[in-house]
Amino acid sequence: MFSFCTDPSVLPDWQWFACYFTNATHFQFYRAFGVVIVLLAVTAPVALAVGMLGAMALRSRIWPLNWLGKGYVNIVRGVPDLVFFLFVPIALGQGIEWVMHHIQCPDWDQPIRQGNDFIVCRDAKVPPLNSARWVYDLYAFAMAVTAFALVFGAFVANTLHGAMQAVPKAQVEAAEAYGMTRAQAFRRIVLPQMWVYAIPGLSNIWQILVKATPLLFLLGIQDIVYWARELGGQKTSLFTYPHDDWRMWYFLALLCFYLFLTWVSEFAFGRLNERLSRGQATAAGERQRKAAA
Amino acid sequence: MRTCLESFEGYILRALGRDFGERLLPRNLDITLCDQMFLIASGLIWNVYFAGVAILFGFFLAIGMAVAKFSQNKWLNIPASVFIFVFRGSPLFIQFFFFYSAFVLLPRSGIDIPLGFVTLTLDTSALTTAQVGGLIVLILNTTAYSAELFHGALRSIPKGDLEAADAYGMNALTKFRRVVFPSMLRLAWPSYTNEAIFLTHSTTLVFLSAFPARQQSGEAFYYARYFVDQTFNPFVAYPIVAAYFILLTLAIIGLYGLVNRRLNRHLPKERRQRIRFRPQYIR
Repeated sequence: MFSFCTDPSVLPDWQWFACYFTNATHFQFYRAFGVVIVLLAVTAPVALAVGMLGAMALRSRIWPLNWLGKGYVNIVRGVPDLVFFLFVPIALGQGIEWVMHHIQCPDWDQPIRQGNDFIVCRDAKVPPLNSARWVYDLYAFAMAVTAFALVFGAFVANTLHGAMQAVPKAQVEAAEAYGMTRAQAFRRIVLPQMWVYAIPGLSNIWQILVKATPLLFLLGIQDIVYWARELGGQKTSLFTYPHDDWRMWYFLALLCFYLFLTWVSEFAFGRLNERLSRGQATAAGERQRKAAA
Repeated sequence: MRTCLESFEGYILRALGRDFGERLLPRNLDITLCDQMFLIASGLIWNVYFAGVAILFGFFLAIGMAVAKFSQNKWLNIPASVFIFVFRGSPLFIQFFFFYSAFVLLPRSGIDIPLGFVTLTLDTSALTTAQVGGLIVLILNTTAYSAELFHGALRSIPKGDLEAADAYGMNALTKFRRVVFPSMLRLAWPSYTNEAIFLTHSTTLVFLSAFPARQQSGEAFYYARYFVDQTFNPFVAYPIVAAYFILLTLAIIGLYGLVNRRLNRHLPKERRQRIRFRPQYIR
């Protein structure tokens, strides 16, 4: 990075640290923070969408759909999340390969599960054999997003369902009196107003999602926990930058990163709540109206 | 192949260490369904140990912490708020890593604390084991979460109750023991039940983070993961461990429900608080 970094062993302290924190592996560490942010940015909308579908299913009057929604929400909420995080990627991966196997190689006669092996034909491998490294990484990441979205989608579905019911009944009845259909009333009356009731629950779920991101490590993704362990471990004089066991400091940095994230989100959700309360028939909305008058 | 009875004898106490059953865990093709059921069940010993001891210590620490946060003295209030913020605002998973790597740095031989004429030697080597070090992290974590619940309950104790206590001329300690504490506990109990459930579920993280499982003695989820790695089949071990945890959850709800009944026994029926199961596991 810097021109004076050619031989770090003779450098004074501050230059040594300047070089140390800008070496190639540290940039991979910094990129891993980006991965956490990307994961949050991708998972949150996907989970919101899954949760929306789940909430609609919970509201639905078609009973198979209603039962599906209830089953999904209760199963995910009833089983420890960690089981789900490790179960979904591997089960989904095997499921996809199983389907591909039956499409690609219909005349394969051996069983797929042989003892402790899961064997599918060559063409059924997902991602395809000899793919580039980034394809495998992307696949693992997509699996992680799916697992997160499934678990958090169930939480969101429950919250949104509650929020939809919290919208004052009289408003829906008024809409129906104007001759709107059920779908129209939902789109025009319930959907815009439910958010103020949903925000406290959603902000809770968001905080839980933020605190779940280090579990990426368990899925074998090179995330911040992985790099903190790698970089912090003791380095002998064989390395360019020898140092003692610094893992504690690296994990302290991660701790601060997460505290910062939760603190910022708390602040942001507070602002959002103020904004959404504007013109609402709630105590907070009433207070805003009086303050403006 | 082992029979089911042999599996039971070999593995039901295996989580306590290699002297309590088969020395080695079952491997590869040798794994039977009974092995999976009993070995995972034996892991529950540690889940119950971690959750039980952490809740026991955390309960008393949390009461102190909640009172400190509620106090108007800023020397009590600010440190308590910071403690609660730090432990609730960061992932438990990272807390485990941080404390483990901090405990490892402590000198193996112990720390000498000179107390005038005697020197107290703190044994530090145990801190790097999950059974002590991991437990400490869990205690701190549950203290923070429960303190927040108790703090919320303290804030919502009816004003009239406190005024009545003053009118009876109770001093601060009596007032706390007879009025504040029972009301706080009663108000916080439904959420505290959920906290106990979350804590039990998060004991699965202990061995997945930094703390080593010595002699392959771990908790239930550690063994479930071991089996999935061995058999590459997630459809057996994970449902087993999920079922065990559902049973554990039901046991907690039952136990806490009994306490809840006792806490609410003086109230007319319609004012009693019901426990609602609201699982949101990750911390």
